[in-house]
Amino acid sequence: MSTTVAVEPQFQPGLAVQVPEARPVIELDHIHKTYTMGDVEVHALRGVSLTIREGEFVAIMGASGSGKSTTMNILGCLDRPTRGTYILDGEDVSQMSKDERADIRCQKIGFVFQGFNLLSRTSALENVELPMLYLGVDAATRHQRALEALAAVGLSGREQNHPNQLSGGQQQRVAVARSLVNNPALILADEPTGNLDSRTSVEVMEIFQRLNRERGITLVLVTHEPDIAEYADRVIVFKDGKIKSDRPVEHRRNAAEELKNLPIIDDEDDEEE
Amino acid sequence: MNLLMIIRVAFRALVRNKMRAALTMLGIIIGVAAVIAMVSIGQGASASVQAQIESIGTNLLFVSAGAQNVGGVRSGTGDTGTNTMTVDDLDAIKREVPSVSMVTPNVNARSQLVAGNMNWNTGVTGVSEQYPEIRKWPVASGSFFTDADVRTAARVIVIGQTLADNLYPGQDPIGQDIRVMNLPFRVVGVMLRKGQDPQGRDQDDVAFAPYTTVQKKILGRDRIQIAFVSAISQDATYTAQSQITDLLRQRHKLTASEPDDFTVRNMTDVAEAANETSKTMTILLACIAGVSLLVGGIGIMNIMLVSVTERTREIGIRMAIGARSSAVRSQFLIESIVLSLMGGAIGIVLGVALSLAIPAFLGWPTLVSMMAIIGSVLFSGAVGIFFGYYPARKAASLDPIEALRYE
Repeated sequence: MSTTVAVEPQFQPGLAVQVPEARPVIELDHIHKTYTMGDVEVHALRGVSLTIREGEFVAIMGASGSGKSTTMNILGCLDRPTRGTYILDGEDVSQMSKDERADIRCQKIGFVFQGFNLLSRTSALENVELPMLYLGVDAATRHQRALEALAAVGLSGREQNHPNQLSGGQQQRVAVARSLVNNPALILADEPTGNLDSRTSVEVMEIFQRLNRERGITLVLVTHEPDIAEYADRVIVFKDGKIKSDRPVEHRRNAAEELKNLPIIDDEDDEEE
Repeated sequence: MNLLMIIRVAFRALVRNKMRAALTMLGIIIGVAAVIAMVSIGQGASASVQAQIESIGTNLLFVSAGAQNVGGVRSGTGDTGTNTMTVDDLDAIKREVPSVSMVTPNVNARSQLVAGNMNWNTGVTGVSEQYPEIRKWPVASGSFFTDADVRTAARVIVIGQTLADNLYPGQDPIGQDIRVMNLPFRVVGVMLRKGQDPQGRDQDDVAFAPYTTVQKKILGRDRIQIAFVSAISQDATYTAQSQITDLLRQRHKLTASEPDDFTVRNMTDVAEAANETSKTMTILLACIAGVSLLVGGIGIMNIMLVSVTERTREIGIRMAIGARSSAVRSQFLIESIVLSLMGGAIGIVLGVALSLAIPAFLGWPTLVSMMAIIGSVLFSGAVGIFFGYYPARKAASLDPIEALRYE
């Protein structure tokens, strides 16, 4: 575990939030990813090593082309590294087949996307039930857990609404509930506030912070907005396919506190679109 | 993820787009309904032809005097000018051919029948007492004449329903007098009503008398033009046919080079020819309808392909949150199978309803065929699998990253 040794000193000092003994959820060891576009080889990642421990809230930043999306796809088991090892929750997933990765995604990873990516013409409840359907959870448990997850993101009473009957913030909260519902080892959020106004963004970040704090859920957030990254407790910046910097957030923002001070727009029930 | 879950997912996906699902099914509905209705019409026609032939008797043979050969086209004429067949020939057939159970001559005399102040022109047919049994045509009231009547050339007559209606309106004809060529006959029976034959001729406009009486008292000739022979069973008709031919050639002292001077025809052949015709018609109708089923199937493939493209993002979402390729493939395959089977089921209901309505509206006989129903179900299932497989495979082969990015 040379990686662990190499990375740990960078974020170890000074942060009380860090529990050094916490189990690693993500261990990337010299990950390379090369795409072949016709005759040209594009090196998207050039040796990324990284450890993320249980209960961490990590923001990944970087300009477009920096390799953060590729990292995101590999972390989410949507793609495989060309070289290097990826150990997710104690399991080497770097050389897994398509089906094995689908199972891993189902059991261990929750996704939240920029564009919400909910099934249209499908109720919030059914959207949240979907991951459990692929895990083979029985109907009664599915229903129960979906209701709980929707309640956890503050959407009780909206279970039967279809995405087009929900505001952007509400849709994203349904997506968060969906990502939670299989009790994943990791939630990956890809620009989750990219389509939201600032107040709604804070609301979504509040949910993430609360889930991270209360349930100890490991979160990885990809964003290009520095102020959104400050809700995390550690920021990793990518540049040219490598990690440029990896440091703890010094003045971490607290979304719950900020929400109290923000003017309340009570009409979230009205459609924003 | 088990099959039941995938079926549920597929159903939900279909319910989300009811209009499209319904329109896709329409192709299969029309196809299956058309196949069932067409096959019903074909089978109905076949059954009614069959029933008519059955009513004549499939173990029946015609023996007619003379054999015409006009430019290679041969037929038994039964012509009045042909005097090659005698009662003795028929007696010999009855006596010497083991596969023959009954024989009746059939001599026809057209004449005016008079009863009281009513009269009616019809053919008086001279037959033996076995006629009702050979033709499977019983009497409705009274009785047929007996072999004693035949031996003594008694002046007794059995009339058809049309005669009974026209000569004795509102009366019981049994025991009444009737005059044929000014000779008094006694009505002993009335035949059961038979209705029209397939050519629309009234089969009840007949009268039967002992052939001896017709020959001696009406025609004054003892030659026989046509006879009906009943074989002991349907299987024995071919044996009977060749045995009768051999016997008559021998009796008529024909050498090997001489052609037959009589004709033996077999009802089984007639029945089979009719059967072939209606079978061909059924197959033809089913094929035409089958084309529409095929077109319906292609419609399903079309919609499924469009649907895969349109739902690329949905597929990406499903894969990202943990659906295996096989689950996506099964979902799309099951969607297409559900579409075609549901279409098939509705098509069956519609097809059966049409088949039942056709006799009422068009007057054609129909027979709903279980085979057509089972065939349609299997075929529409096969259509679903066949035309759903390619789009399903296409959906399953999508890359989740690309699919999620799809706008």
